[in-house]
Amino acid sequence: MKSPTTREKVAFIILGIITFFVILPIFLTIFYVAKNSIGTITWEFISQYPRNGMKEGGILPAIIGTIYLIVGTMIFSLPVGILSAIYLVEYAKDNFFTRLIKLSIVNLSGIPSIVYGLFGFALFVIFMQFGTSILAGSLTLAIMSLPVIVTATKEALEAVPYSFREISLSLGATKWQTIRYCVLPYALPGILTGTVLSLSRAAGETAPILFTVAAFYLPRLPRSIFDQAMALPYHLYVISTQVPNMPLQISFATAFVLIILVFLINLISIVLRVHFRKKKQW
Amino acid sequence: MQIIIETKNLSAYFDNNCVLKNLNIEVFPKEILGIIGPANSGKTTFLCALNRLNYLKPNYFQEGEIYFLGKNIAELSDNELRKKIGIIFALPQVLPMSIYNNIAYGPKVHGIRKKSILDELVEISLKRAYLWDEVKDRLHSPALKLSGGQQQRLCIARTLAVQPDIILYDEPCSGLDPISTAKIEEAMQELKQHYTQILVTNNTKQAARVTERCSFFLMGELIEIDKTSTLFTSPKDKRTDDYIRGKFG
Repeated sequence: MKSPTTREKVAFIILGIITFFVILPIFLTIFYVAKNSIGTITWEFISQYPRNGMKEGGILPAIIGTIYLIVGTMIFSLPVGILSAIYLVEYAKDNFFTRLIKLSIVNLSGIPSIVYGLFGFALFVIFMQFGTSILAGSLTLAIMSLPVIVTATKEALEAVPYSFREISLSLGATKWQTIRYCVLPYALPGILTGTVLSLSRAAGETAPILFTVAAFYLPRLPRSIFDQAMALPYHLYVISTQVPNMPLQISFATAFVLIILVFLINLISIVLRVHFRKKKQW
Repeated sequence: MQIIIETKNLSAYFDNNCVLKNLNIEVFPKEILGIIGPANSGKTTFLCALNRLNYLKPNYFQEGEIYFLGKNIAELSDNELRKKIGIIFALPQVLPMSIYNNIAYGPKVHGIRKKSILDELVEISLKRAYLWDEVKDRLHSPALKLSGGQQQRLCIARTLAVQPDIILYDEPCSGLDPISTAKIEEAMQELKQHYTQILVTNNTKQAARVTERCSFFLMGELIEIDKTSTLFTSPKDKRTDDYIRGKFG
């Protein structure tokens, strides 16, 4: 019979090894992508247009297009998502209808992104006649991000102790004053980190933009929200599958730029979280 | 004598559980009314019925009327009523902001913006809650750094700052040491000049020390209400007598 301390050591070692296997693929992916793209990523690569059937030149329009899409998604999804979460948590009565809404939101985040793509195509591109455009693409990505934003905001709001609301109400504050001064300031860090993460997911999605915005190749940058745009994930998909004899380094370099972009967005989220955690007092 | 609070046939329910049964209580201006009784006898529910905090719970339901200065409180808005009837909770609950902002919060939500008025309100409230001397040099440091007893007095000051007529205390000293308790009791005696106070307490000795009139609640019923000296020396009901002597509860 082994002693409890030996058993404990064995358990910790097993847990540690399993954790190692969880993070291993992430590091391998990044390492592999970085290694294969290291010589290709130059200032020219990120500042020039693709040339010669995209086999040469840079990926500037795809980077710009992705940034446009992220900003568009943010504009459409953040206000709607955050405000509706405030309504659901603070105002909505707990009845069958509210529970149905909450349940659907949870389920919406499980819907495959290609379904959002088709939906956005039918609603925005065809029915509302936006055409394949940045507007249609941003709206589609926004709809896809909404469940995540609502859920993150909801959790951030619910994490604020109920006593804060009780104190404020007992002092004669209105419900809105209570939310504005005693709940939102303390939920803001959670809301920001959650929503920024959802944007980084939107930035990397291919399927929702497939039919709604993405262009195979554009000789110029989009000039309005009704223009098509190139986008990094779609560009990557195209050059990896549709272009024969594509130099592999260009695919990897494009992938690496996308990883960096997503990483930057996540970094913003981390910085925000650290900044707010310092201020947190309870 | 004028009556500041009067309940008529007040009954309260959570779901179908009756927690207050047909309560008829009168409260007089500037008195300290004690409420004693074992756990689960509806003391807190009674307090929270007075400023409608009970309605924050979705399964609450109430019958009968409550009159505040002769006016049915159902006709007042929640914020008007709660401005007039403040409450101190059992556990000190401060907001995670500075001492100053904790106290200024109430006046601010009621529309007072001028810094000089806020400063004055903060100072008066802290003085009345017997906390001014301990915190006057660090009004802008976090309120959560204060000790439990100081936090509870801060809660009192915060309630005072909205200039209520009535202060409700829900076992305000249950988590505090004897010295902090003494300070709060001292503050209550001082506050008698300006406010009507209702004190719910599990500590019968505290009720005997602080209150002028006292009531005994049992299972949601008002068993007895009388002058504190009378209630504690010659209670009319045997159950009151048993409770005060510590035979049950």
